[in-house]
Amino acid sequence: MDSVAVFFHMGGYAFFVWTSYALTAVLLMGIVLWSSFQFRKSQQQSFKRALQHQARRQK
Amino acid sequence: MSDSSHPPRTDISLSRVFWRVYRRDLTLAMRSVGQWLNTLFFFVIVVSLFPLGIGPGPQTLATIAPGIIWVSALLSMMLSLDSLFAHDFNDGTLEQLVISGQPLSVIVIAKVLAHWSTGGLPLVLLSPLLALVMQMPSSAYGVLVISLAIGTLSLSFIGAIGAALIVSVNQGGVLLSLLVLPLTVPVLIFGSGAVSSSSMGLPISTQISVLAAVLALAVSLAPLAIAAALRVGVSVGR
Amino acid sequence: MYRVAGILSPLLAGACVLSLLIGLYLGLVVAPADYEQGDSYRIIFIHVPAAWMSMFVYMVMAISSAVFLIWRLKIADVVAVASAPIGAAFTAVALLTGSFWGKPMWGTWWIWDARLTSELVLLFLYLGYIALRGAMETQQGAARAAAILAVVGVVNIPIIHFSVEWWNTLHQPASITKFDKPSMHISMLRPLLIMVFAFQTLYFFNLMVRVRTLILEREARSSWVAALAGERTNG
Repeated sequence: MDSVAVFFHMGGYAFFVWTSYALTAVLLMGIVLWSSFQFRKSQQQSFKRALQHQARRQK
Repeated sequence: MSDSSHPPRTDISLSRVFWRVYRRDLTLAMRSVGQWLNTLFFFVIVVSLFPLGIGPGPQTLATIAPGIIWVSALLSMMLSLDSLFAHDFNDGTLEQLVISGQPLSVIVIAKVLAHWSTGGLPLVLLSPLLALVMQMPSSAYGVLVISLAIGTLSLSFIGAIGAALIVSVNQGGVLLSLLVLPLTVPVLIFGSGAVSSSSMGLPISTQISVLAAVLALAVSLAPLAIAAALRVGVSVGR
Repeated sequence: MYRVAGILSPLLAGACVLSLLIGLYLGLVVAPADYEQGDSYRIIFIHVPAAWMSMFVYMVMAISSAVFLIWRLKIADVVAVASAPIGAAFTAVALLTGSFWGKPMWGTWWIWDARLTSELVLLFLYLGYIALRGAMETQQGAARAAAILAVVGVVNIPIIHFSVEWWNTLHQPASITKFDKPSMHISMLRPLLIMVFAFQTLYFFNLMVRVRTLILEREARSSWVAALAGERTNG
């Protein structure tokens, strides 16, 4: 327990160290999630459009 | 505009091309006096706002004067750059120049020099007056004029890249500043650095040589980028 | 290309997560505290890789822009566009963490240090690129104009860096030289390098995802997308 507390305390610099790690995580995770969200969206859209197109041609 | 009545000639020499474009742009600028007077007024007003914002202490003003005059000159240049290619683009002249068969970079150099003659040179000539108002030591006036002369010319070339890139964009004024201002950092640093050093009585040869080197680089490389950007703009249209 | 990116991205993601975990463990738990800066130096494990990547990504962007301008290779433009937001994010991370490192070390959130200033200018260059891209209406024009801007920017970066460095030494003589550590202990260097690798794979993973998105958007009407869609619904 003690060592965990020491770890999070960061020798008194906890605020700076953890905030900067958190900010980094937020920004980088943000861009990763945003990119994959966009990818899903465009995948769905283009597949849907392609299938519709195909269906129209088959008719 | 007077040139457009001539029949097209492809055997015309490069220096003729250069001088014709230069004279044409200069004549056009002279006809719309308001345009370049506005730039000049903007420069004067921005500089005179600083003492009002900071306080009239001669000591403070003298310390910050080089930076303020330089930044104001930079902003004024940005203001006038907006219209560098815009008019010619809108009335189709630019397209004619691009397909004229003459080297576009030569035409571009002429246009940029014409822009500097109306948008940069007046600032340079007026700067000693502003230096006086800003309580700068009179020993630094010469350096101020020299550094501004070299620096604003580089700024014209660097800024013209931005102006050419946004030529097909509507209302690109703010965008122009966003694109160009980061690229002008070296000119600003060494220009105002030279003036600061000289008002403190320090040697300035380093700064002036770097400014000259930046100018040489800008004159030799920027026209290529400007010409390429203008070709894109013309091919895209509005 | 779309398929290659699809195969590569899970591999890269795996490598990224793995190296992130190892790097963070070694950096935050195993590595000893610095004798001068205590534990605050641990920000280095994200700050330095981010700063490094911000420049690396710009180089990738500029080189692919040049390739696009010279050979008109569409995929090069796709790589450049996809890179810009990632690079901007890395630059922002480097600036923010630099600020959070500067506060305990220099006693101020921001210092006009040469590296921080260059990084700030770099962020402006990224933002300019993205803004120009957004302002142009046609795809073709935007691609070529932005490519020219990226190439112009990369010519300028060394000059900007040099001038900022010169300006900094003039204004703040040797106030931060203690950060120029000549040697680093292996226990600190190892996690740093692993974190650099982690950020690299993060970039390439994210790049793959973004490239796939852009290709799909641009080629939405082509036959292979239709084939892919059929494959996906049947299989």
